[in-house]
Amino acid sequence: MSRRSWMRPLIAMGLVAVAAVSTACGSSGPADPANGLKVWALEDPVLNKIEQKSIDSFKAGGGNASLETFGNDPYKQRLRVAIGSPQAPDLFFNWGGGNLKEYVDAGKVADLTAVLDENAAVRDKFIPSVLDGAKLDGKTYGVPMRGMQPVMLFYNKDVFAAAGAQPPTTWDDLLTLVDTFKAQGVTPIALAGSQAWTELMWAEYVLDRVAGPEVFKNIRDNGPAGWKDPAVVESMTKLKDLIDRGAFGSNFASVGYDAGGASTILAQGKAAMHLMGSWEYTNQLDQSPDFVKQNKLGWVAFPSVTGGKGDAGNLVGNVSNFYSATSDSKNLDGAKKFLTTTLTEDSYIQALVEAGDVPPVVGAEEMLKKSPNPDYATFIYELVLDSKNFQLSWDQDLPADDATFMLTQLQEFFLGKVSPQQFVDAVAAR
Amino acid sequence: MSSQRPSGWYAVPAFAFFALFAALPMVIVVYLSFTAWDGLGTPAPNGVDNWTRLVQDGEATASVGRTVLLMVVSWLVQTPIALLVGVWAAGKQRSRAVLSSIFFLPLLLSTAAIALLWQVLLDPNFGAFVGGPQFLGDTDIAIYTVVFVISWQYIPFHTLLYQGAARAVPPTLYEAATIDGAGRFGQFVNITLPQLRFTIVTSSVLMMVGSLTTFDTVLILTNGGPGTATRILPLHMYITGFVGFEMGYASTIAVVLVVLGTALSVAVMRWSGFRSMSSQQEGS
Repeated sequence: MSRRSWMRPLIAMGLVAVAAVSTACGSSGPADPANGLKVWALEDPVLNKIEQKSIDSFKAGGGNASLETFGNDPYKQRLRVAIGSPQAPDLFFNWGGGNLKEYVDAGKVADLTAVLDENAAVRDKFIPSVLDGAKLDGKTYGVPMRGMQPVMLFYNKDVFAAAGAQPPTTWDDLLTLVDTFKAQGVTPIALAGSQAWTELMWAEYVLDRVAGPEVFKNIRDNGPAGWKDPAVVESMTKLKDLIDRGAFGSNFASVGYDAGGASTILAQGKAAMHLMGSWEYTNQLDQSPDFVKQNKLGWVAFPSVTGGKGDAGNLVGNVSNFYSATSDSKNLDGAKKFLTTTLTEDSYIQALVEAGDVPPVVGAEEMLKKSPNPDYATFIYELVLDSKNFQLSWDQDLPADDATFMLTQLQEFFLGKVSPQQFVDAVAAR
Repeated sequence: MSSQRPSGWYAVPAFAFFALFAALPMVIVVYLSFTAWDGLGTPAPNGVDNWTRLVQDGEATASVGRTVLLMVVSWLVQTPIALLVGVWAAGKQRSRAVLSSIFFLPLLLSTAAIALLWQVLLDPNFGAFVGGPQFLGDTDIAIYTVVFVISWQYIPFHTLLYQGAARAVPPTLYEAATIDGAGRFGQFVNITLPQLRFTIVTSSVLMMVGSLTTFDTVLILTNGGPGTATRILPLHMYITGFVGFEMGYASTIAVVLVVLGTALSVAVMRWSGFRSMSSQQEGS
């Protein structure tokens, strides 16, 4: 081919590309006000129905809104891309803490402090420590919309009875139990170690019991250098003792939580204990219904550490989930109205209770007694009400890049590839 | 311009698609590799920070090492098996057709299904090898487990390539060799292998570039674990970009991937003399 003959197609190609790009950019028109509020939430077959009801109730009151739901990881990615664009939702689901902070720092989230002050009755309906989960620099950026999910220690009552053992109340109890169950040929503690967040629960609780919540809050607020606090090495060394003692068995690194691995070995009596968020109960009820119905599933709060500074009542986990409003929403007033009317309605809270969730509102005792799992629901409710501090999971509370790095280091630590000091050095150097 | 040849205009749609969906994104990624961007707001140029970080990032270096290991070992495992089975399957007997079609089954399954299947089979508590080695949980073994699963999935495809090529070898060559007294092994080494050399190149390029960009199998099977034992470069890029939301730095890793992939396929082509490929037809 001559030079001329391929130059023309090349120019044409460039024109087509430019045309395609410019139309792609031009196609995003203004949001259609007739569609009302766009509400985004995390996918959950049970809770999404309840969330839809809150939207129906908002519509009945003359408003207009629609719900869209996404799976966990796609949701985080989708929100990141959409926020600030014309496709952004008006109200979005989040976990509070550092997860929300990134969006607040970018100026994408509406300050709800004033509107909650105007509606003090609504504000005061929520348990204060839970509402604090979406507070940054004294301003409120989110309203709780799902149940509370503290992490606690579950155990198999049959396995404990067979060993003549009692659930642990102190760290030393726990160490003794590890030896007891190992001697019996039972994995002392189930751990879904192919996913780092399950290992994180152990690190969070041990540090909290050893040193109290301030050490981590310092890391979160003042940067990674805070990891150098001697309490971190101390608590990680305690945890290393537990791992080296064989508490989690030898194959935890390939056990997953989503596939039901850890929960199933607990239910089948191959493991004695399992540290997990409160959703473990519903998960067990779903996967091993007999295990729960025959009253074989036990639960206690995380044991105390003798001589530790942290209060034994402190909790870690998901404080709650929140709805936040985007600051450039075209219907900010509507969004604020939604947040202050639908989420504290009796019918909404009642529906959460019936679904097995423990709503983050004050005075729910009577309602919980009539719930499907009254003992369990009441236990969680009182655990949260009595706690002096409820720490949001570190991976949600730290910025995403630091959290991702920390989780990787933690997995290496559990595999024995990284010592407590090396863990601290690595995460402090970020 | 020869009237026999189609006008250059026929290439416009292909070029336009390439420009829009390959060239343009690549240009954008190269730009992003010189910025700090967490996915919110606008990317902030930060010079060569990402590139200096890449050099110092032990995890990135280690993941390049794992990627190369994965590529070399999967080539070593897949090529001989695919070659032998392909040549064998090029025969005409009925039993071969039946066995071949069974053998090709993995080709019909989606990658996600295959990864989930093996994850369940290798589960330490409920899988098929309870009490055996920790195929997915041992940091020394896991990468070879990944190679095995990838090979299980792709050997049938490469077998298909070799089968087709082996069938195209002119029977007269074998007839002549038989008359000369060559045995089966001699025929394989002296006739089949040389006749398949371009297929070996094609298959190797596909395998190597494929290994370099393998992602979904590893994501589902091990998610890079245990620890970072199977975190290959594409997965490191994904975790950095879409879990840690460091889009700028992830773009830097992406550029490295593009360069490595291109360099690799060019190198294989040159080294194998593929560019001077001539007709394989008899009498030419």
